[in-house]
Amino acid sequence: MADYLRQMPHQGSADLARRPSAARRFHIDIPLLVLLLALTVYGLFVLYSGSGKDMGAVVRQGRYFLLGYFVMFAVAQVSLGRIMRWAPWLYLVGLAMLVAVMLFGVGAKGAQRWLSIGGFRFQPSEIMKLMLPLTVACYLADRALPPRFLPILACLGLIGVPAVLILQQPDLGTALLIAASGLFVLFMAGMGWQYILGAVVLAGASAWPAWMFVLKDYQKQRILTMLDPESDKLGAGWNIIQSKTAIGSGGWEGKGWTNGTQSYLDFLPESHTDFIIAVLSEEFGLRGVLVLMGLYVLILLRGFLIGIRAESSFGRMMAGSLTLTFFVYIFVNMGMVAGLLPVVGVPLPLVSAGGTSVVTLMAGFGILMAISTEKSTGPR
Amino acid sequence: MPPKHIQLKDSHREARINNARTAVAILMVVGLLAVILTRYYTLQVTEYEEYRTQSDRNRVQLQPLPPKRGLIYDRNGVLLADNRPSYMLSIVREQVPDLEATIAELSELLPITEGDLDNFQKKLSRRRPYEAVPLRFRLTQEERALLAVNRYRLPGVVVDAQLLRYYPHGELFSHAIGYVGRINEQEVLDLDESDYRGTFHVGKVGVEKYYEDILHGDVGYQNVETNAHGRVLRVLERFDPKPGADLVLNLDIRIQQAAYDALGERRGAVVAIDPHTGGVLALVSRPGFDTNLFVNGISSKDYSALRDSLDVPLFNRAIQGQYPPGSTIKPFMSMAGLVSGLVTPLTTVPDPGWYALPGDSRKYRDWILRIRGTGHAPRVDMKMAIAESCDVYFYDLARRLTIDGMYEQLRPFGLGERTGIDTTNERRGVLPSTRWKRDAMGQAWYPGETISAGIGQGYMLTSPMQLAVATSVLASKGVRHTPRLLHAVDGETVAAPLLDPVVVPEEYWQAVYEGMIEVVHGKRGTAKVLAKGIQYLMAGKTGTAQVIGIAQNSVYNEADVAERHRHHGLFIAFAPAEAPTIAVAIIVENGGGSSAATPIARKVIDTWLFGEAADG
Repeated sequence: MADYLRQMPHQGSADLARRPSAARRFHIDIPLLVLLLALTVYGLFVLYSGSGKDMGAVVRQGRYFLLGYFVMFAVAQVSLGRIMRWAPWLYLVGLAMLVAVMLFGVGAKGAQRWLSIGGFRFQPSEIMKLMLPLTVACYLADRALPPRFLPILACLGLIGVPAVLILQQPDLGTALLIAASGLFVLFMAGMGWQYILGAVVLAGASAWPAWMFVLKDYQKQRILTMLDPESDKLGAGWNIIQSKTAIGSGGWEGKGWTNGTQSYLDFLPESHTDFIIAVLSEEFGLRGVLVLMGLYVLILLRGFLIGIRAESSFGRMMAGSLTLTFFVYIFVNMGMVAGLLPVVGVPLPLVSAGGTSVVTLMAGFGILMAISTEKSTGPR
Repeated sequence: MPPKHIQLKDSHREARINNARTAVAILMVVGLLAVILTRYYTLQVTEYEEYRTQSDRNRVQLQPLPPKRGLIYDRNGVLLADNRPSYMLSIVREQVPDLEATIAELSELLPITEGDLDNFQKKLSRRRPYEAVPLRFRLTQEERALLAVNRYRLPGVVVDAQLLRYYPHGELFSHAIGYVGRINEQEVLDLDESDYRGTFHVGKVGVEKYYEDILHGDVGYQNVETNAHGRVLRVLERFDPKPGADLVLNLDIRIQQAAYDALGERRGAVVAIDPHTGGVLALVSRPGFDTNLFVNGISSKDYSALRDSLDVPLFNRAIQGQYPPGSTIKPFMSMAGLVSGLVTPLTTVPDPGWYALPGDSRKYRDWILRIRGTGHAPRVDMKMAIAESCDVYFYDLARRLTIDGMYEQLRPFGLGERTGIDTTNERRGVLPSTRWKRDAMGQAWYPGETISAGIGQGYMLTSPMQLAVATSVLASKGVRHTPRLLHAVDGETVAAPLLDPVVVPEEYWQAVYEGMIEVVHGKRGTAKVLAKGIQYLMAGKTGTAQVIGIAQNSVYNEADVAERHRHHGLFIAFAPAEAPTIAVAIIVENGGGSSAATPIARKVIDTWLFGEAADG
């Protein structure tokens, strides 16, 4: 309450005097919503082509989006206070499920990532994508910032436990992404540069032992393949060679919508999921890539702006972390398809087919919207 | 929740720090996105051409379109070599994740032999990228169904239809037209690679090999768009292949069949030639074999059965067989005597039943001495010498001609050299001379050897084809062709090449003809059995060739060996004598004597003249 009172003078009195707009009342950030809708439509067009003109796939993805938008609106209605109260408990539930996966999870392609409950398959690491940063932010919110050594250590514990559990599945990509989302909270909280620098040095130093003892053979193979796809043209290198060919052959103008030979003739693997950016690049050319990139940049900037405008430190940390995590998805996916990064299972956010990632991302944008509209409604 | 920290929260400071961090984050994001964008720019603008080409190369494949092989017909238009659709299983290596596993799975579905695998491996190493390499030919309906059902788990496995050679008459024409077979390693090196893209078979033997260029045609090409699984989606551009030309042969299936049936289960050969054209009407060598076995690679079991058979069915007796002509040489010897002026038709020679060289005590016996204890007659003239196959007459003629004189006079009939027939593996035989013996054996010629040469024994060797050509020269009174199996290509007649004719006075021909007619129609002719019920004049000459000995092998049973030591029976003939339209040469191995060969000539000639054998 004390915080709330202290913040009052900073708010524009005009804001208070005016009747809150409908958007504000329903906790909707109009610019973000518009950008997301634009991205959704663009993505569905690409998906139609990437799935081989499968209207069914588009309809299915459209339903996921409906669910996603519903989740986003629903989450946006929850006050940050309530989110802060619930997040640690959900985090614990997530941890429990990760342990359950380890004990009796369902496998696919040599990894145990799924929990099957009553025939419904469920990936607990997905919950963690939101609950981990929320919990870290929660923990830091009441504390004086920037965080000192001990709180940082505590946060690293919060981050490390689920990350290690996910690494055991093994799912290196998700483990790193989840860890990053937590670290971004710390970063936005203002964790001292000396710690960041130290971490970077430590990460560099641990590369060699990681290569020797932690990474599985198939993971090493992915890295080697990325460095030299020609070494295994028909095997692991195939995907990279074909996706680079798809991107490059699109040129500036692209081959035209639904005219991509690489995807239509099945040279491009996973053309509607992880590699969909190659379809976009091939058919819409660099122009299309720039449009996508523009939408992404605007969404990212809007996210950062929401963070800057946020009233609470919790809101600021969360907005920053969510935005940076969103960026990491974009960077890793576009980088791996273009052969800059090793191939890890990261979808292109809001474009790749798949329901889970859409719902998780939209829930994240729901939190962002909750943050952007917190000041005029909630106690915090 | 009461605050438990000593440090107080400072909202302003926190906001300031957060703003600074946001600024750093934005810089980071912009920087990294710039890296990504640079990468896309490089791929899509700087290296665009390269990737564009690569993507076209991915989808556009140049496919060879193998030409349809020309068909082969007999002179009546009866199909002798056909193309039939056959299904084969091929593998596109680039699309198979694990070749060994795929082959293992395939061999559970259908039989794949070691030979199939060997062939496949060899072709695999020479393929072009994305080329389908054949693994199994002649898939049955069931095998195709099995493959179709399992297709989803066998990526890179394709089933294609292709036209495959089929010989509807199997054994009957095996030695006449030969066969095609799968291209082997050596042939890959010899053949024009571009012309044989997509073709898996090539003529191996016989007409199929000799006329390979004509039969093959020219390969075509098409550019097709394929997907990553090698499936052709559409044709972008097409250059049609030029099909191989159809061949019409001079062979007449009726005569071929008559000769084949008449030989029966005996080993031997029959060659029939049209003396006017040099066209080969029949070319039979028995035993034959089913040429269809060879088309897609004969199994080693079948092959060793053919290879190891004592009857050597793969051996083309008609053109590769080397037999002493025996007494069938006598009409030609007579002509040699007349041409060299050593005898006239009226010249007679005393015949006590044996002959001795002046100053030599060794007696050269006439075959009749053993039977009659005396000669054919006190004095024998040319007509009788031919009709009764008098040895003494020709012993004497040979001595006077000398071996080199014989060589000079017999060569114009085509003896001792390849006839040049349009098929493969012909052998030249031996027409001995002093020079030949010196070159071949490094020995001097002995006068006694001339005597046996006079009755076609000794070193002299001929193939049935050579005998038929020589007989044809007699029948046409000196016109000599290179014998030809081919009659027409794509409807255009191809004439047999003419060689230097044998030019002699008409009465010489008449003299020899008289003797040869007497062989069949005379009371004491050696082939007089043929005259029974005959409605035309046949001129012929019988012959018997001694078997000098065959390889002794403990595997063969004694009855077999005894049978294989019997004399070969020979017969040459032409008819009708007044205007011959057919000349034949026949050999029946171990027939015991010419009587095994003579009836065959009657059946063959009857069929030619009347369309069927007169006495069934």
